[in-house]
Amino acid sequence: MTDFNHQQTAHCESGAVAALLRHNGLDLSEPMVFGLSSALTYAYIPLVKMGGMPLLAYRMPPGRIIRGLSKRLGIRFHFERFRRPEDGTAALDKYLEQGTPVGLQASVYWLPYFPENMRFHFNAHNLVAYGKDGDDYLISDPTFEQPVRADTAALQRSRFVKGMLAPKGLIYYPENISQAKDLTAAIPVAIRSTANMMLRTPLPFIGVRGIRHVARHMEKLSPANEHYNKLLIGHMVRMQEEIGTGGAGFRFLFASFLQESAGILSDERLVKAADQFTDAGDEWRRFALYAAKMLKGRSELDYDKLATQLRKVADMEQEGYQMLLALKSR
Amino acid sequence: MKLDDVPQDNSRSFEGQKKRLYARDENGEYTTALSSGWEAEDVVLDQAVEEYNRFSREARQRVQQGLSSPLEYHMYAHRMDVTVLAQATGFFRWQVRRHLKPAVFNRLPPRKLQRYEEALQMTAGQLRTLPPEDEPNND
Repeated sequence: MTDFNHQQTAHCESGAVAALLRHNGLDLSEPMVFGLSSALTYAYIPLVKMGGMPLLAYRMPPGRIIRGLSKRLGIRFHFERFRRPEDGTAALDKYLEQGTPVGLQASVYWLPYFPENMRFHFNAHNLVAYGKDGDDYLISDPTFEQPVRADTAALQRSRFVKGMLAPKGLIYYPENISQAKDLTAAIPVAIRSTANMMLRTPLPFIGVRGIRHVARHMEKLSPANEHYNKLLIGHMVRMQEEIGTGGAGFRFLFASFLQESAGILSDERLVKAADQFTDAGDEWRRFALYAAKMLKGRSELDYDKLATQLRKVADMEQEGYQMLLALKSR
Repeated sequence: MKLDDVPQDNSRSFEGQKKRLYARDENGEYTTALSSGWEAEDVVLDQAVEEYNRFSREARQRVQQGLSSPLEYHMYAHRMDVTVLAQATGFFRWQVRRHLKPAVFNRLPPRKLQRYEEALQMTAGQLRTLPPEDEPNND
């Protein structure tokens, strides 16, 4: 049976990609994978609803980490999707027989090893299958402490759900990592891409402007819709903390990437930037704390206070991205 | 966040699992730490779960009063709404909404019912009835 070195990470996609690369001889940390693929973002899209709530994202859409990383490092990934579930299962079995661990996309809801309260209809969860034992797949799910198992029917079910971000049985693995590009060249490009997106996207609901947009939206919430408002605030905190973000909506993960990059590039300014995003992350956590207290009724529901906190975060992040853009001129 | 600030609030929802967070050690170096849960997160998770539970409870009442088909209950009990169920079955939303009516649901041809069986992983018999109140599915 294939040996697979399971390591728990914060986020599923960066974790699955890091695990597959490590298995193939390229050891990159999760923050490095996350940062290099320029996965950090802030997006608030009220037109797209998920469970009645506006789409809110602290990272780029699923798939971006794999594609972003292959672009920056010149690593080609093999992708396969299937029309028929049986074909997807047969292909997976074939890879596992050959001893090739593969990345899979699956729905959280139908994975039997997820705790009951964590099961929601999110179809873009990532995991690595590395073996089969009888009817059970051996799975390295990056968000779990230990390797887990799922039976054939359940895994097939969760790989072939229909709906938003339908996985269509996606299987992926890195094809060639012989000539990985130099990190010192890739890091600055990735950092600039994130900073540009956060500061210069000409849309009012993306990036730092997006955070301020939501702050304004908070202030305008009508007290008459308290139930919906509370759900919205709860939704914001869930997207920020609960969905495997490593804390503070991926901001700590990003800060860790900057710190690691500071060492690789021997650039003190990146240490400062890492501090800045750590502080911004702490303020995101404070936002979550205020929100939770209000939802629990331990403090008064105060939309203005939440808006003020969001603006504080926006200011700190803006300063952070400006520090990152200034890196270019040395 | 410093290592000492990594919350250890023993979240029930984690069922003994721990999750990995990024935090800084005493030298300011980033590392990861396991968290057994954060109360702030528990509040919002409970809120989201409770919202579906409330929908399920209300749907159960409507089914008992003959106002809705059991499908409405099963939809919410699976943490779905009309949009998600429509996507999962390939029906239009207006079709799903029609199928929530008892009269329409009771006459549903097996071919269509099968799409719900598939999407909700239930038998036709289960779909046509409500589970007892204390069943774990009634979450």
